[in-house]
Amino acid sequence: MFYREAGQFKGSYAADQAIFTIPQDRVAMIVLLVAAFAGVPFILNDYWTQAILLPFLIWSMAALGLNILTGYCGQVSLGTGGFMAVGAYAAFKLMTAFPELNFIAVVLLAGLVTAGVGMFFGLPSLRIKGFYLAVATLAAQFFLVWLFNKVPWFYNNSATGQISVPPSYLWGLQVTGPETKPWAAYLFCLAFVCVFALAAKNIVRGRIGRMWMAIRDMDIAAELIGVRPLVAKLSAFAVSSFYIGMAGALYFAVWLGAAEPTEAFGINISFLVLFMVIIGGLGSILGSFLGAGFLVLLPILLKNGLVDGVGLLPVTAKHVEIATMGVLIIFFLIVEPHGLNRLWQIAKEKLRLWPFPY
Amino acid sequence: MKLGKFCLGLGVVALAAGTITGGASAYELTYPSLVYRTGPYAPNGIPFANGVMDYFTLINERDGGIEGAKVNVVECETAYNTQQGVECYEKTKNEGESGALVYQPLSTGITYQLIPKVTADGIPLFTMGYGRTSAADGTIFPWVFNFPATYWDQASVFVKYIGEKEGGMDKLKGKKIALVYHNSAYGKEPIRTLQKLAEKHGYDLLELPVDHPGQEQKATWLQIRRERPDWVLMWGWGVMNQVAIKEAASIGYPMDHFIGVWWSGSENDVMPAGAQADGYLSGTFHAAGDQFPAHQDIYKYVYDKDMGAGERDRVGEVLYNRGLIAAAWTAEAMRKAMEIKGSVEIKAADVRKGLEQLEMSPERMKELGLEGLTVPIEISCADHEGPGTVAIQQWNAKDKKWSLVTDFMTPDQEVVNALIKEDAEAYAKENNITPVDCPMDFEEAKKASTEYSSQGAKVAE
Repeated sequence: MFYREAGQFKGSYAADQAIFTIPQDRVAMIVLLVAAFAGVPFILNDYWTQAILLPFLIWSMAALGLNILTGYCGQVSLGTGGFMAVGAYAAFKLMTAFPELNFIAVVLLAGLVTAGVGMFFGLPSLRIKGFYLAVATLAAQFFLVWLFNKVPWFYNNSATGQISVPPSYLWGLQVTGPETKPWAAYLFCLAFVCVFALAAKNIVRGRIGRMWMAIRDMDIAAELIGVRPLVAKLSAFAVSSFYIGMAGALYFAVWLGAAEPTEAFGINISFLVLFMVIIGGLGSILGSFLGAGFLVLLPILLKNGLVDGVGLLPVTAKHVEIATMGVLIIFFLIVEPHGLNRLWQIAKEKLRLWPFPY
Repeated sequence: MKLGKFCLGLGVVALAAGTITGGASAYELTYPSLVYRTGPYAPNGIPFANGVMDYFTLINERDGGIEGAKVNVVECETAYNTQQGVECYEKTKNEGESGALVYQPLSTGITYQLIPKVTADGIPLFTMGYGRTSAADGTIFPWVFNFPATYWDQASVFVKYIGEKEGGMDKLKGKKIALVYHNSAYGKEPIRTLQKLAEKHGYDLLELPVDHPGQEQKATWLQIRRERPDWVLMWGWGVMNQVAIKEAASIGYPMDHFIGVWWSGSENDVMPAGAQADGYLSGTFHAAGDQFPAHQDIYKYVYDKDMGAGERDRVGEVLYNRGLIAAAWTAEAMRKAMEIKGSVEIKAADVRKGLEQLEMSPERMKELGLEGLTVPIEISCADHEGPGTVAIQQWNAKDKKWSLVTDFMTPDQEVVNALIKEDAEAYAKENNITPVDCPMDFEEAKKASTEYSSQGAKVAE
């Protein structure tokens, strides 16, 4: 009743091609963006930024990247942690070698470096598929983390192999380092994520995205209709790694401020992002955000609810949290194997008929 | 709907309980306790957390708090994970009337993460015998304290001990020493010192990293079996310790040539290897056991009232006692802060002053019922590390007891102090820090505190 397509005519190609064809969606999105950019910064504190919003935005960026590769192009990757490490170390090296470099440029360049590394490790995808490719990318994960541990040049010979971010400024505003205002860090990440989510949306519904999806659905058929696997697969690896690299740079520079490779970029990170993509919905932009929200925010919500709300001991709450997360993941995968994004679509379809279903 | 109402009810009850306890008018001191009672590091995290908790419960129950102000210990679970550690830090830093007074993350990774944050927020960070070694230099790290000794002191003391056992430092030439370390900031801390000392004494250093969480060490110990180092040092934590000691036993490595850092020397680490762990050595800065008057008070005021954080028969374990000392030093720093301020209503910045002027004489330790548990310490503006002396303890598998086999040994301060200075200066330069003006410079202050400590550096067996 409130949410319907009937009577909403599209009079032009432009209207037909809009990302949000339904006015309600469009309005909701605009309201959300205005609130995120102009409302949230005023009510932020350190806790909300550090523990909730930055992780959500940065993991969303990483999930977007992996979704391009795994969800749209069908290439399973377990190298996300390693690629994030490339982004982080590239950002660190750039920031320490060229202190004057604009931080926006640092993040973009870190993404580009990662895109190159990602393409290199994507080469095996031309020959191998599925589980075998997963194993090949797993090798990338272990190799990259080992490399950043082993070669002192990457961490500027620091005594402990830790990298820590130097302060950097944009238009006089500090965006990295401990003195950063919470809203500055938040807005910086939010802007990056919004711009690149929009870009991703447009790439995947254009020629390149269709090429990827053709490869995903059946690579032989795609080749027969003229899609070149080399270009399609490597471009997917490049774009995906670009996003993951930027996520790694933001993760290290804006959110954590200091990192060591084994813990911050371990194999568990690769799995975490893969789960985000699977739970959020393979092959969907919204799904990347939903998956990141589910896996990052729900544990914190559970923790706070159980400790502060119900009054459990922190250790008991932690055990309950681990168990609940496991159960919820299984529950969602059984109820809707296509992820949270599909659940949202079903909800929308139901809303169209509500309150007079037939 | 029913569930919703139930949850609402629970919320109301919790809220009511909150207002009742919060209704007391006295000033409350918030001590955020970042703990890890889950995950691969829990075997070591739990006893430490219990020691801290029990000591503050004792203070509250027996003395009615510190100078009348009760301590509110807020536990937050980090699982030894830096991201969760940061979440806990942000969550607890403004808790209560006083705000978080001091942090002790018990994790070198989280420490590195928090050093810039606490400096910006103005909250002291007390990393007792772990964390960033160069934070010993108080002129550059005014908010960070790492007394009573650092990893670099320990590395140097271990080499000294090996030299003694081999019959003189000149006998170290050509010897092979292996370092089995947790492949993280924590495990890498001693490497530079050991390398410097290798240059000085001419031994070969074999570096063997073990990746988190450390359950898989077959390859490492195979390498040790092949290379046959004369001594093995270990920088391990959590599950890694038990696995390493078991692996060492299985290749028949002599336990009295295997020295762990003080985080690798507790009951939990040696028990799984059973009788084979007999003779294993580790560094320490305090005694084990529950023979001290404070422990008797803990039984009486905490465990008899059923308020203990852990199990009664684990009171007095190595890591439990370490938690106890951490809490005792913190409580004394708070007391000092109240003395300086002349009021109980202290904030984090006051506790920093308290830590900086902390003086724990043998007499004061006796008053606390902790006489002979650890060395006396005196902290100053420039020296945040204290004496830096380390003793070595040995495990007796038959009696299930740790006992000290050496006196407190002074590290090679010439080498260690130079390294600390170099690293601290590099950090200051990287982060544009102007050193704080202190009455004494770092080396003088360090000398003074070593002298102070030696007056009563006798620890009860």
